[in-house]
Amino acid sequence: MSDTPATAQPPETEIDLAAAEALLGTDTSRFRHDYLEVRGLRVEFDGFVAVRDVDLTVTQGDLRFLIGPNGAGKTTLIDAVTGLVRATGSVAFGRTELLGRSTHRIARAGVGRTFQTASVFEELTVLQNLDIAAGARRRPLTLLRRRRGTPEAVEHALETVGLTALRDVPAGVLAHGQKQWLEIGMLLVQDAHLLLLDEPVAGMTHAEREETGQLLRRIGSQRVVVVVEHDMEFLRSFADSVTVMHQGRVLAEGTVNEVQNDPAVVEVYLGAPAGPATTEGDLP
Amino acid sequence: MTVLTALLRPGRARTLAAFALAAALLLLAPAVLSPFRLDLLAKFLCLAMVAVGIGLAWGRGGLLTLGQGVYFGLGAYLMAMHLKLADAGPGGVPDFMLLYGTGQVPGWWEPLRSPVSAILLVLLVPAALAALLGWAVFTRRVRGAYFAILSQALAAAFAILLIGQQQTTGGTNGLNGFRAFFGYDLADPVNKQMLYLIAAGVLLVMVAVVRWLTVSRFGELLVAVRDQEDRVRFLGYDPALVKVVAYVVAAVMAAVGGALFVPIAGIISPADVGVVPSIGFLIGVAIGGRATLLGPVLGSIAVSWAQTSISEQFPSGWIYFQGALFILVIAFLPGGLASVAGKLRRRRAAAPPGEAAPGDAAPDAGPGPELVPERSPA
Amino acid sequence: MDIIAQLFAGLSLGSVLLLAALGLSLTFGQMGVINMAHGEFMMAGAYTAFVVQGVVGDAGVSLLVALPLGFVVGGLLGLLLEATLIHRMYRRPLDTLLVTWGVALVLQQVARDVFGAPNVDVSAPAWLSGAVEIGGLALPRTRLFILALAAVCVVALALALRATPLGRRIRAVVQNRDLAEASGISSRATDRVTFFIGSGLAGIAGVALTLLGSVGPTLGTNYIVDAFLVVVAGGIGQIKGTVIAAMALGLMQAFFEYSTTASVAKVLVFVAIVAFLQLRPQGLVSVRTRSLA
Repeated sequence: MSDTPATAQPPETEIDLAAAEALLGTDTSRFRHDYLEVRGLRVEFDGFVAVRDVDLTVTQGDLRFLIGPNGAGKTTLIDAVTGLVRATGSVAFGRTELLGRSTHRIARAGVGRTFQTASVFEELTVLQNLDIAAGARRRPLTLLRRRRGTPEAVEHALETVGLTALRDVPAGVLAHGQKQWLEIGMLLVQDAHLLLLDEPVAGMTHAEREETGQLLRRIGSQRVVVVVEHDMEFLRSFADSVTVMHQGRVLAEGTVNEVQNDPAVVEVYLGAPAGPATTEGDLP
Repeated sequence: MTVLTALLRPGRARTLAAFALAAALLLLAPAVLSPFRLDLLAKFLCLAMVAVGIGLAWGRGGLLTLGQGVYFGLGAYLMAMHLKLADAGPGGVPDFMLLYGTGQVPGWWEPLRSPVSAILLVLLVPAALAALLGWAVFTRRVRGAYFAILSQALAAAFAILLIGQQQTTGGTNGLNGFRAFFGYDLADPVNKQMLYLIAAGVLLVMVAVVRWLTVSRFGELLVAVRDQEDRVRFLGYDPALVKVVAYVVAAVMAAVGGALFVPIAGIISPADVGVVPSIGFLIGVAIGGRATLLGPVLGSIAVSWAQTSISEQFPSGWIYFQGALFILVIAFLPGGLASVAGKLRRRRAAAPPGEAAPGDAAPDAGPGPELVPERSPA
Repeated sequence: MDIIAQLFAGLSLGSVLLLAALGLSLTFGQMGVINMAHGEFMMAGAYTAFVVQGVVGDAGVSLLVALPLGFVVGGLLGLLLEATLIHRMYRRPLDTLLVTWGVALVLQQVARDVFGAPNVDVSAPAWLSGAVEIGGLALPRTRLFILALAAVCVVALALALRATPLGRRIRAVVQNRDLAEASGISSRATDRVTFFIGSGLAGIAGVALTLLGSVGPTLGTNYIVDAFLVVVAGGIGQIKGTVIAAMALGLMQAFFEYSTTASVAKVLVFVAIVAFLQLRPQGLVSVRTRSLA
């Protein structure tokens, strides 16, 4: 196979690698080509079908946005992929079937997610947050040791998300946007290759959105990234492709332009404009 | 990092100083206290061992365990049975069994004749039960109030079982009248003093163990599980495993406390292990500061001391006092006395915060950084 | 015949548990408040029956007076507790447990100081003495009365929640506090009323318990743990689950007790509940919703 481990590289290439890693965060299998493949997904809550017949394929390097009015099933879809709710059908990441696995095993298979409200460990420092995220594959006994120094992956993630200066600050005092970045940083050190981000720029300032978008571009080239987002301006600036959901189904899929001109999408959005802080009204 | 720089770090230096002070006080006590008071203190230290474990499981891990009396009781009854069998001599039958029972020692008590297996069982039986229950409960994500209620139901069932099995457990009266502890005469004051020193040493070791667990990566993970269990799960950890470890450690500490309580107090009965004493363990932890290192120990000893001195003078006063403590401390000072200093400092430093509603888990981290953010309502 | 006798014993125990747990299914199940003093509210109801009998004399009349009065006494105690302590702790459910435990300790000691530590007796009315013979089986009238009382309470509560504006308000606040508030429902007032009813049901349970045995300061503690287990096993928020769980626990206790001893039965019931939670961690009846992420 072409998967040459980084450790086997000759010294001169190693310097290049380190430089690249500083930019990209850690990526131990950069030549791997990952994809998310959802087939016939269905989620039911006590008779109410929240997601039905969803097919979705997202490949590496394709920054996919998932949009739709409230209640369209976007977050439920993410919940199903990450094992939080039970679903039928199939969800494959690469060659790994995810459905039926427990949440933490799905995470170990390289799937990471964020939540609508940033969920970081508020009493722990930024560094501790990242260190925990880096540690899921550590052997149990090493957990009993005190943390000494900073793992390389954590150091790089701190730089990537721009929180190096705040490393020893409790995460609870970070600004809203910084918490979101910290959460993304945690996904990076977790070595997630499938990133599911639930409204990552909600509540951010314009400048913060811009930075987040750049960050997603940077990390997205090596990973499969799905972003649930309401913000249309953000979507137009950064989405490679868009999937529109409505009432639990996939309504349309394509580039930003294709989707904007899809009559079905226009009808849904004119009929039921979502969320106050969005600009969906001018979508068509 | 050299030892010197490590010592200079404020958090660690302070902890070491507090630890040394506590050790010195404990070792000095035999010279100052009368044998009666020393005996009392030794008893309090055994109860404080339970509190140390609760501090880890509840303060750090957010596991409100209302059934630590079960593990305390298991350790105590196993030790008491060993002492009874040892008193009876090889092949002998303990007095209470002759009184209530068939006059035969049931087979499942027999392993306790050997001192080595008795000590092993004191450690292993509670650990196994805690691991089993913890695993069954935590892997199914039964948590919070549900776990608290189950742990309390376990305490109730355990006490009822002890009372019901009078022939083999002594029933309501429990087990008492021990003559010797591993061959040492319990009537001899020198041996009593030795028991005190053992209890003090064991307690200090436990505090050191909890300190070590707290500053390790495991400790950080435990706090993470307490505050954001789902986040931890999505990072690829199994939070159930983290909780089980904390719960088992707390159980073993309670069991060791129980095992040492028996020769020191001279009696163990269902009244020491049921629902009421099990919750009673929590108040000392809460007063001292549930998330701090020494808070649970100091709080527990202070509460035990208050109980003894108040009950001596006003028998019914203690219940009112204990009830008032639960109400006032938990409702109005959830961080315990340890948080008062921090609060004062913050009040002086900044404008008074609005409705500072601390989360369920202790808001004021003790040994860690003082900077504690207010939670934003989700 | 033995089986039928056990069946009756189990249902009878189940109805007592149900009476004790019904109020909890409101305060714990619907509001998420773990009120450890619920048992002491039962105790207060029982002492209410004792006091009423001392005043009225006639056992039949006093029972009929004590039932509504016990409801009011329990309810008022609950109201007081909610208004002074619990309302400031809705964000800290686990801490509420410990605070209400403190309240329970105080109430027990008050009962001990007022009525004395020894138990007191409330005599049952003449029309409840003796037993009904059905197929050679003697069913004590008091037990039948408690079964009927539990059924009446369940039906009344279910109707109140389903068919009255008050019930709709309670359910609205339980399901979405902020939304209910935004649509003009005072969640504070609703909380108080819910707590009043839940605690009042404890008072009724306490009155009923005087028919089965004597009244003491620790009457509540004997039932509170089992009552909470019922709500846990039954699942949050649905009366149906509480009813089934109470009866199941009663039957299990009766049958285990029959084949072993009372104390071993307690342990077996506990093991059964832990095993059951392996299958249904949310309890018997639960509403599945999208998780709050």
